[in-house]
Amino acid sequence: MHQVSKSFGAVQANRDVNFEVAAGEIHALVGENGAGKSTLMHILSGLHAPSSGRVEVSGRDVTGWDTTRAIDAGVGMVHQHFMLVPTLTVAENLVLGREPVRGLRLDVSRAEADVRALAERTGLRVDPTRTVAELSVGEAQRVEILKVLYRGAKILVLDEPTAVLSPPEVNELWTVLRGLREKGDTIIIITHKLDEVVAISDTITVMRDGRSVARLATADTTPRDIARAMVGRDVALTFDSVPSARELLAASLTSAAALSVRALTVLGDRGMRVVENLSFDVQPGEIFGIAGVEGNGQTELLEVLAGLRRAQSGAVHLGARDVTALDVRTRADAGLSHIPEDRHRRGLVLDYSIADNLLLGQQHHFSGRTGLDRERIARHAESQVRAFDIRPPNPSLAARTLSGGNQQKVVIAREMGRAFSMLLAAQPTRGVDVGAIEFIHAQLRDARDAGKGVLLVSADLAEVLALSDRIAVMYQGRFVCVLPARECSAERLGPFMTGAERELAS
Amino acid sequence: MILLAFLLQTIRIAVPYLLAAAGGVMSERVGVIALGLEGMMLAGAFGAVLGSYYTGSAWIGLLCAMSAGMLVASILALCTLRFRADQVVVGIALNLLVIGATRFFLRLAFDSASNSPRVDGFGGDGGGLGILASFSNPLVLVGLAALPVLGWVLWHTPFGLRARAVGEKPEAAATLGVPVRALQLRGLLLCGVLASLGGAYLALDQHQFTDSMTAGRGFIALAAVIFGRWMPMRVAAACLLFAAAETLQIQLQGAQLVPSQFVELIPYVLTIVALAGVVGKSTPPAALGKVE
Amino acid sequence: MSAATGNSPVHGMLTRAAQALLAPVLAVAIAMVVGDLLILTYGESPGTVYRLLIEGTWGNVYGFGQVLYKTMTLTCTGLAFAYAARAGLFNVGAEGQLAAGGFAAALAGLWMPQAMPAVLAVVLCTAAAMSAGAITGAVPGVLRARFGASEVIVTIMLNFIVLALLNYAVASHLAVPETLHTEVINAGFVARLGAAIPAFAGSAANFTIIASMLAAVFAWWAMFRTRGGYELRAVGLQPDAAEYGGVNVPRTWLCAMVWSGAFAGLGGINFVLGYKHYYEEGFAAGSGFLGIAVALVGRNHPLGIIVAALLFATLSQGGLAVNALVPKQLVDILQAVVILAVATSVPEVQRLLRRSAAALVRSDRSEATP
Repeated sequence: MHQVSKSFGAVQANRDVNFEVAAGEIHALVGENGAGKSTLMHILSGLHAPSSGRVEVSGRDVTGWDTTRAIDAGVGMVHQHFMLVPTLTVAENLVLGREPVRGLRLDVSRAEADVRALAERTGLRVDPTRTVAELSVGEAQRVEILKVLYRGAKILVLDEPTAVLSPPEVNELWTVLRGLREKGDTIIIITHKLDEVVAISDTITVMRDGRSVARLATADTTPRDIARAMVGRDVALTFDSVPSARELLAASLTSAAALSVRALTVLGDRGMRVVENLSFDVQPGEIFGIAGVEGNGQTELLEVLAGLRRAQSGAVHLGARDVTALDVRTRADAGLSHIPEDRHRRGLVLDYSIADNLLLGQQHHFSGRTGLDRERIARHAESQVRAFDIRPPNPSLAARTLSGGNQQKVVIAREMGRAFSMLLAAQPTRGVDVGAIEFIHAQLRDARDAGKGVLLVSADLAEVLALSDRIAVMYQGRFVCVLPARECSAERLGPFMTGAERELAS
Repeated sequence: MILLAFLLQTIRIAVPYLLAAAGGVMSERVGVIALGLEGMMLAGAFGAVLGSYYTGSAWIGLLCAMSAGMLVASILALCTLRFRADQVVVGIALNLLVIGATRFFLRLAFDSASNSPRVDGFGGDGGGLGILASFSNPLVLVGLAALPVLGWVLWHTPFGLRARAVGEKPEAAATLGVPVRALQLRGLLLCGVLASLGGAYLALDQHQFTDSMTAGRGFIALAAVIFGRWMPMRVAAACLLFAAAETLQIQLQGAQLVPSQFVELIPYVLTIVALAGVVGKSTPPAALGKVE
Repeated sequence: MSAATGNSPVHGMLTRAAQALLAPVLAVAIAMVVGDLLILTYGESPGTVYRLLIEGTWGNVYGFGQVLYKTMTLTCTGLAFAYAARAGLFNVGAEGQLAAGGFAAALAGLWMPQAMPAVLAVVLCTAAAMSAGAITGAVPGVLRARFGASEVIVTIMLNFIVLALLNYAVASHLAVPETLHTEVINAGFVARLGAAIPAFAGSAANFTIIASMLAAVFAWWAMFRTRGGYELRAVGLQPDAAEYGGVNVPRTWLCAMVWSGAFAGLGGINFVLGYKHYYEEGFAAGSGFLGIAVALVGRNHPLGIIVAALLFATLSQGGLAVNALVPKQLVDILQAVVILAVATSVPEVQRLLRRSAAALVRSDRSEATP
């Protein structure tokens, strides 16, 4: 792929990316969230056409092809979000689009036999007659890979394949991938986990901010080099956070925690336990960071803390007050602020104006005698827009029209521009430009220094390391380690994030 | 004998439901809400009468009916698939459109505000055969076969597999190169054909077109689709159940055990009960109503 | 950058205006073209027919009175659809809610003694109409909030149920023999416009139209000026964000359906209190469904709804005016075409505007950061 660029609306996801993979290798495409890895691979697999640039497969110019032609040419992508039809069987999912027929009939028995044979050959064992909805996540992923192989893929693209797998499943996947490489297939694996890169890949391409910044041979490199290439920014993010005076103070004081969680167990959407018997405190004047691969229960944990989801058991205290049974509004009034992980889904009503969005969750405090007090709302909006430097500084603009960074500033202004004692900050800088990242980080530090408790959840390990006073690594619904930030580094936490190591949780 | 008569009349009443409900299953299985069934039926009824009136052949009437149904389905497809308009609004508007259009063309063609002249159906004049006359109508057999055949198609052919995948998770089907829009279009056209045959049956059975003659049967068919949980055989059973209730009501007319209005309500009440999940969980195709 | 910020409010207003007007105007234009074609198939001249249509409606006071009469009901059913739509719900049940409202108003009027003070009687009958509509609307509201049952299907099915039950009640217990209507009510009469302005004499227009205008003002205030409206619209736009903002989403749905039903029920007093003074089977006559069209064309905004109600009322009445030349059913077709065209062009127009807005933002950025 040469000089490939792609933009969506005002967002430029790829800029002049060069990417080359040799036949028969396992190639890791690494980078932080939002670096443009998935977009690049969507272009390769025909889901998107590039805005400019050229794509070649086996020497043939295939720029702007569609998925059908990509599949025919042997390029198959295993998506991060499963592209399986849950109500169909494994065999039906596999043959969909190129069904074996006998006369008019769909030849189910041949489909099942084909799937069995393929599963046997590749070691991806799964029962073809089962319905996909019944499968475990690991099995579903095997079906995804089989689906691509069934179509004769010679070039396999795997988007964050281990994000949802347990360690034994990951090892199994590695075995399968190596087996495929032996047979001459080419594999591209998108990831941001360094241990995986080292474990499996032959060659590495690093992406940052939509560009390809480095191409390394795995054998000649160290995790430190890769990390530097991934994280190195124009703006230096301080890795060694200055321990606050408050931190030492808070440790010596026996004051009540800003937030305390006891024996919390939470069920996920599928009815499985996603948070298991979790207990921790966040002290006033402390940033408590939760690191970990996404999908290990962080989302559900925060939803429970914010009052958006019911806990199955356990208790949540805000200061001295038991808020376990309280709803969102009461918790907010009790001093809880929440920067949600997905501002487009939860954090903002995109078609509401900035002023109206600054109201969300606070609307009951703005009632006048005949409905909402519009003057107070306008004054409030003006002052918040100024205080948090939201641009353009026009409160009547719809939130949808703002850049990602300014949208996030609206959320921050709303949640941190009022009295609060405890802040939940989930992925606070995701999809936000560098300038806004600095601003948001400064806000979080200021909140800590002002004696608030801050719970920071981020998939960006560098961010957690830079901001936190204490760091917990969450893995499969539990904290596998809790350490003071001074003792943490990417190298030290990495094994915990992948579940390779565990320490007794507090 | 009474039982046989009851059965025959039930089937006779059920035929339009079975045909329209088969169309409804097809449409909803590919992800498009089947609120336009009523309009498709009415268009079919009008087309059948128009065709057989001018040619004297009920068979050509059927062809015209199917064309009319496909025309309505094409408008639905154009608005919802191409322009991604809201399926509920378009479905309701189509029903209004067909009611207005059939009235307009009734005046234009036959200069009447209420009904067309008499046309020949399939059963000839019936001449003393009564109920049995209806069964010389080929549409009865088509109606009885429609849902079982559709079930077979949906579960045993590549088209059916793709249709179910599209209605359940179109993005997954699309990544495998299944042409989602084209498939939905085919599903809708088939729906138009089936529903219009239901309307044609009514018109040819009564040997004329009368204003708004489908009288909510499209919605009863939709009710059957939901009550039958989108499974063809269950939907067929629902159609027969609703038809049996109607037959009972007709036969008990003198007896007045319950007011006839209440019997008419059975399909609607059962549908609401089914939707509320009182009798087991009811899960529509996951992508129903969403075209993105 | 300064240029961009200076332009944005103006651009925002223009976008909003374009968004509100472009689709309905486009839709009416498409309907006109279809209308022309149909008129031509009938061998008449479109110009003549449209002139007759205008003359028969806005051209004389009687015709205009008939338009106003129809506007009242359509405003109410339009508000009903819009209020639910703002919460992201499809209330297709205005037809049944309207009939229930009319029935309840008539029942209240029948039960009241003749000596009842007029103002009190009208208020009670109106309250009865709105309550009946609200209860009818609450059923799908509860089923949606509690069981997640699709309100689209439930309201459609409920239309059949409500109408059949009302027909049964009238036919078997309340009807004047040989008719489909009840006795004339004892109290709760609302005067016709003709009583105050003689030129309106003979037309069905009556003072209940004031109630529908008040309802529109109230709906506007409730939707755009109150906390409940703020939460209602947030639920409609992004239920997850509303939930995050402390809004009880199911309860908001229920409230929306209750108010929606109340608005539709209010429409019932037009016929019952203002026109015939009895309940008659089938008086709703599709006004509930037409409310969907009114709300769509009026873009779910009360002011737009009043304008759209006038438009659709004009079409309905105009159909009668042109019936001598072309079948009045022409108008039914045109109304349906308007709905189809609005439903189809709104998402298309929005996409276009969004795309041009994105292009604008992009050019702003590239200017700002050379």
